[in-house]
Amino acid sequence: MILGVTTAEKYVAAAYGIAFLVVLVYVLIIALKLGRLERELDDLTWRVRERREAEAEREQREEVPVG
Amino acid sequence: MGLRARENPLAALAALAGLLIAASIALIFFYVPTDADQGFSQRIFYIHVPVALTAYACFGWGAWKALRHLWKREPGADLESYVAIHQGVIFGVLTLATGSLWAKISWGHWWLWSESQLVLFLVLFLFYGAYFMLRYSVEPGPARANMCAVYALFGVVLIPISFLAIRLANQLIHPVVFTLQGPQMAGSMFLTFCVSLAAWLTLAATLFHVELAGKRIDSRLRELKELLA
Repeated sequence: MILGVTTAEKYVAAAYGIAFLVVLVYVLIIALKLGRLERELDDLTWRVRERREAEAEREQREEVPVG
Repeated sequence: MGLRARENPLAALAALAGLLIAASIALIFFYVPTDADQGFSQRIFYIHVPVALTAYACFGWGAWKALRHLWKREPGADLESYVAIHQGVIFGVLTLATGSLWAKISWGHWWLWSESQLVLFLVLFLFYGAYFMLRYSVEPGPARANMCAVYALFGVVLIPISFLAIRLANQLIHPVVFTLQGPQMAGSMFLTFCVSLAAWLTLAATLFHVELAGKRIDSRLRELKELLA
């Protein structure tokens, strides 16, 4: 017995600690994945905006009267 | 509160999981009496058995979704089956880890190859672990979905064998607490076990929906990328 903690208590703490750790790691992995998805979504939004701006510019150029 | 839960059922499910986990922890450490035979280490039972049953439930759900894919061609059933099996493997890791700790303190061994319950659960775990090798070795598409669905269905046969192993074998030291005569434990212990089981099942359901939502967003983003390319 170290610091008043019995062997049984250590094993019980380890079992519950492992469960907590596994769930925590799982949530961390999901959070990292969500971060990646957010970055990809930002990239796609930027691409769509660029494309729309380019189209608008082209349309504007076509509308300008010549002469 | 009711309206919010209807608007965001996943948040409500997560809140329920958190509440049940807190309740189960409180019951395990402040309410349930210490077992006369095994002492304090018996408290591992309230995490080990619910986690094992949750793993079985995940594998069962994965097989059910695989069947829906093969039978009804249900859209998204393949992805749901994959996510359920992934969850099952995670809970399987937890079952093996908590079981090993309990075995060491109770029997003096981390693992016993002579125990058919242990070996059969390991076989089930490895079988579903190999599911990912199959899935990631085949190009995505209907063929992969069909192959994975058949594999998931084969694995489900191992669940009743694994569950019944401790009841069918003769010389065992693995305890049997649920018999045909009902649970062989005090009412307070059974209540704690039920709350813990509900907590783990709710947590698994929450994580299942979170992971599934992530996978769905991922696949839609891929489609969108292809459309914009």
